[in-house]
Amino acid sequence: MSPRALLAEVLLRILHPVLLLASLWILLRGHNEPGGGFVGGLLAVAASAAMALTLTTAEARQRLPLPPPRLTALGVLIALLSGLPGVFAGQPFLTHLWVTVPLAVTELPLSTVMLFDLGVYLAVWGAVGGYCLSLLATVEEQQ
Amino acid sequence: MLVLTPLLVPLATALLCLLVPPGWQQRVSLAGALLLLLCALALASQVVGNGPLTVVAGGWPLPFGIEFAADRLSAALVLIAALMLNVVLLWQVGGSADAAPAAATLQPLLHGLVAGAGAAFVTADLFNLYVWFELTLICALGLLALGGGLRQLDATLKYFVLNVVGTLLLLAAVALLYAATGQLNFRALGAATAQLPASIALPLLTLLSLAFLIKAAAFPFFAWLPASYHSLPAPVLALFSALLAKIGIYALIRCLSDVFHPAPDLLFNVLGWIAVLSMISGALGAAYHWDLRRILAFHSISQIGYILLAIALASPAGDAAAILFMLHHSLVKAALILTAALIFHACGHYDLRRIGGLYAGRPWLSLVFLLLALSLVGIPPSSGFWSKFLVVRQSLVQGEYLWAAAALGVGAVTLYSMLKIWLEAFWKPHPDESWQAPARHRLLPAHAALGGLVVLILSFGLLPESLIAYVMAAADSLRGRS
Amino acid sequence: MIWAVALALATVIAAGTYLALSRDLLRCLIGLALVGNGINLLVFSSGRLLSQMPPFVAAGAQQLAVAANPVPQALVLTAIVISFIFLCFSLVLAVRLLQLAGSADTAQLRAAEPAAVDAVKPALEEAA
Repeated sequence: MSPRALLAEVLLRILHPVLLLASLWILLRGHNEPGGGFVGGLLAVAASAAMALTLTTAEARQRLPLPPPRLTALGVLIALLSGLPGVFAGQPFLTHLWVTVPLAVTELPLSTVMLFDLGVYLAVWGAVGGYCLSLLATVEEQQ
Repeated sequence: MLVLTPLLVPLATALLCLLVPPGWQQRVSLAGALLLLLCALALASQVVGNGPLTVVAGGWPLPFGIEFAADRLSAALVLIAALMLNVVLLWQVGGSADAAPAAATLQPLLHGLVAGAGAAFVTADLFNLYVWFELTLICALGLLALGGGLRQLDATLKYFVLNVVGTLLLLAAVALLYAATGQLNFRALGAATAQLPASIALPLLTLLSLAFLIKAAAFPFFAWLPASYHSLPAPVLALFSALLAKIGIYALIRCLSDVFHPAPDLLFNVLGWIAVLSMISGALGAAYHWDLRRILAFHSISQIGYILLAIALASPAGDAAAILFMLHHSLVKAALILTAALIFHACGHYDLRRIGGLYAGRPWLSLVFLLLALSLVGIPPSSGFWSKFLVVRQSLVQGEYLWAAAALGVGAVTLYSMLKIWLEAFWKPHPDESWQAPARHRLLPAHAALGGLVVLILSFGLLPESLIAYVMAAADSLRGRS
Repeated sequence: MIWAVALALATVIAAGTYLALSRDLLRCLIGLALVGNGINLLVFSSGRLLSQMPPFVAAGAQQLAVAANPVPQALVLTAIVISFIFLCFSLVLAVRLLQLAGSADTAQLRAAEPAAVDAVKPALEEAA
């Protein structure tokens, strides 16, 4: 967006990865505390939208891992797939399973719920982010 | 797991269609539709063989878990949805005869629509039903807006506003029901609402029915249907008219039989008159219009009136008639819309004032139209005859002579508008004397799709016994009314 | 408390209905969004506003102690997301319609259903 705001631009190049990391932290924190895929996804959207506002929507779009529709589809697909391990274990669809992987010093708790949350995260990022970027793009066109 | 396939298979197909490279989209889409049809057949045979199937998502204990259940009614509607999806996708393969423009989102939206409908047919949880209504609505809106022209967007706006009012009423009804009973599961609600005093139960049931009647395009809430349907490409229109209003009717049947039983007589009485007015206004609207798609859209309203009338009879035989009518109408109306698309392909127009001469130019198409039109009117021995026969007979048995008379009278008006199409499109010479039927270019998939549908409808009309036995058993398994 | 929520709910839904009946396109769509939010509030309050404790199982505990009913909260989250999707869709639809039609008056929007010129027959549409 014009006019250029140099300070914001420089700052955002540093902040963008920090915001994405923070969104991942919120995603993982949602395991036992407030947070989760939806909120984390919204923070990631905020990172993309801030990018689009200070730089250009094209730049923000480039920094998405996939084009928005495919990112959304991938997210929902991951969320759906997270219900399948339960079925193979003889439980109803979407029954979630937990395992703890022992590592040398510590242990890594894993669950299909986390996979589900990751799917929600990607879907929210793709859908809401894509929506924001395309709306901002129409504003850019008019200027 | 089989119970969940009407949701999971089309949803996964829709997502895969978005993820695979564009060249693969059609193959994935067709494979997904075929898989859905196989699953629907397996589901129907399981339900007939072993009785209703249920599964609770996530293994949560009832009544907290979201339950999915398939009985004969659900299985039949899922099968129709799967069948229509296959017909529509096959039609779309040729890319001819008013096919939808090839957009990257077309196939995912079609599968998403069927996923929403299929899930609505198998869910046993009221809030979950609301969610699937919304998924269907979102996909329908996407399909309506697909062309992006002013005409499409105008139709989308009208569809959006009126349907959103419907879903908001549904959400309000769900919230109030939860506040009154603390339940959302159909079975738990059925037990809980029986304890409610009538002064609370009747307003709640009215609100819920109102929401479903808007979705079903009943009188006087039908304005969204003729305002939007004619802006759709033919295959999408066929899928819409086979599925969308049916979801509302299905939800109404469920809510009057499972959620509230016994529902008060007053409601059925009012529903009967709403049905009569839907029949009359739909038939009159069709008689007024000259655009083929609008005539067929208004006929849908009139046919929905027949289905509602059968539901209003509030008896197992009435329910059976309603279910049979739903199956018949989904098939015949979709086939007629596809026939209209072939007429459009031959003449380049949907308006009866601009076309003609098709009896000489397309004799086979004339025969197909005649068969379908007679079925819609209800001339024996067609699928429409058996459906209307059951409705009218049951009205007479229950002493509702006025309703039966209205049903028969509306049949005559239906005959008038079908005759109008026949005389204008087929019998009269084409208004442009230099007109010649164009070559049948890339029409093979369209012919195959329509041909299959017509064979199915004919066998439905000639051998109705097993189907009537099926719907009788389906109506008996709806609880609480006998 | 429940009376204050009921009053807020009635006000929001009444305001939304008033706006939704407007002939102005944007007012109509924003009105619908307001009604939607009012009904979300209804969903939220359907579990009764008893406790203000969030429904989190405390560390070490096996089940929920005194806390709000989590079911309506789960329902309202879903409903909020859905009404948000509809709001997004309707705004894009409104922007496109305003660009194409050049008017915000819904009575002027007759593209899909042209007014009849003949006394007994509907308008003849051009081939789509």
